[in-house]
Amino acid sequence: MKILVCISNVPDTTTKIKFAGGNASVDITGIQWVINPWDELSLTRALELKDDAANGVKSVTVIHVGPAASEPVIRKALAIGADDAIRVNAEPADAWFVAAQIAGVAKKENFDVIMCGIESSDYNGSAVGGMIAEFLAIPSVSAVSGIKFVNGQPVMTREIDGGKEEVSVPLPFVAIVQKGIAKEPRIAAMRGIMMARSKPVKLVEPVAIEPLTQIVSYEKPAPRAACKYIDADNPAQLIDLLQNEAKVI
Amino acid sequence: MSVLVYTENWDGKFKKLSFELVSYATGVAEMLNTSVTALSIGKVEEQELKKLGNYGAEKIINVNNDLLNTLDSQACSSVISDISQKENATVIIISNNNTGKAVAPRVSVRLKAGIGSGVSRLPLSLNPFTVYKKTYSGNAYAHVVIKTDVKIITLSQNSFDLIGTENTATIENLNYSIDGSLVKTVVKEVQKQTGKIVLTDADIVVSGGRGMKSPDNWPSLIELANLLGAATACSRPVSDEGWRPHDEHTGQTGKIIAPNLYIAIGISGSTQHLAGVSSSKYIVAINTDKDAPIFEAAQYGIIGDAMKVLPKLVSALKEIKK
Repeated sequence: MKILVCISNVPDTTTKIKFAGGNASVDITGIQWVINPWDELSLTRALELKDDAANGVKSVTVIHVGPAASEPVIRKALAIGADDAIRVNAEPADAWFVAAQIAGVAKKENFDVIMCGIESSDYNGSAVGGMIAEFLAIPSVSAVSGIKFVNGQPVMTREIDGGKEEVSVPLPFVAIVQKGIAKEPRIAAMRGIMMARSKPVKLVEPVAIEPLTQIVSYEKPAPRAACKYIDADNPAQLIDLLQNEAKVI
Repeated sequence: MSVLVYTENWDGKFKKLSFELVSYATGVAEMLNTSVTALSIGKVEEQELKKLGNYGAEKIINVNNDLLNTLDSQACSSVISDISQKENATVIIISNNNTGKAVAPRVSVRLKAGIGSGVSRLPLSLNPFTVYKKTYSGNAYAHVVIKTDVKIITLSQNSFDLIGTENTATIENLNYSIDGSLVKTVVKEVQKQTGKIVLTDADIVVSGGRGMKSPDNWPSLIELANLLGAATACSRPVSDEGWRPHDEHTGQTGKIIAPNLYIAIGISGSTQHLAGVSSSKYIVAINTDKDAPIFEAAQYGIIGDAMKVLPKLVSALKEIKK
């Protein structure tokens, strides 16, 4: 079994977002780039599945669509434990563009399982995984918070509104994963970091795809009114404000 | 031309989310000078289907086929795509909930329709077609131009007010046959929360953090939630410690919620936590640390020890309820 893990690089989640070029883009000066948190959990789970020989996972490959500047994120994934990597050498224009590139590569390589995080913490799009599956005309299961293999078949926990389901689909498929898929992201050890240097990163040139959407500008969320403080000994006043001023209870 | 809205049902019933979607679709249809068709998949009684008309749907298409009883994203997106084409829809509205996230991207590829996801306002302009969407987990909002003829919008939950209208809806029960080979998802077991308010649907949420000090202190928080008819939630450290179940974790990597009222008790308000709750209409913070970032996000604050404030709050609320 071959697993492909899709990774995106995003600003560290504590970054204060600033804009550039008249609010047309996000100012990337000084930004610390990390593996998208969901993708990091997804990679961790893929490696756990490989660790258990009973699952018969031969390899875990990571794929990333991004320019050469995003190479450190790929090295990090290799240091965490991925066997090899593929980088599609292009700016990730939109979800459609990224999914089409990944689907194009996946079509040639016969992966059994493709794993994607449910969203990226920058664009919050939640679209790439489902799009890859549709491009490949294979099943996808979304909001997956657990995955294991029983007799070579996947058994997944899927989060639904107000509960969860245990579901299975035939291989190959796309698992779109969320929190719970792995307990904590695996951290690269020194040995992994050394080994990552010699692991193969295959460079793929992009296919010509027109993005379907374009971000034209950004704005900050509307500032909230200053906090009104209530005396800790008088919580009845809070209830009064919630009832009569905010009118929410 | 029409606006198509996909309205999911839960055991044959719609909920606020469904009516919010129809209200939003009606707003978009008004801008485009066209009408709204609502698509419902699965077994829903006529009485229930009619409710969609109360929010502006003029036509309700009901697709009932046993093969579609469980969510298979491939099959479901194929139905939505087919009906959209049949109805000549130029805008397709889907929720940004888990089901929407499962099907919308697949519809996008089938129809080559660009997606604006996690949208929280009516389109900013029609030409070019520009939507307003959350990015960077609520730290920035983007104006996104969708360049294709057919557009897909996934709407953030609790971001649009319900707008009631006169009901003139017609219901069409469509005899729809689906390619059974598309349905590949087998559901083996379903676990449903019973008797609890679903966190993502709740109008009020009471949430506890490390300031609650111990899982033994939760009964008073639950009592407050019960008095308010609220769902309970928690911060990440609390679920990581195993004090509360993981499905209560709200924050960037947990559940993202937008209730009318979010009461944060003993939660300092890290960037990651706020990313999950900042769309709440009102935030109340109770925390010992006056410099905690949660007070910057809150409209109402009490500086004090949760263990001392909570019982007082509960008894004050009980007093008023009498």
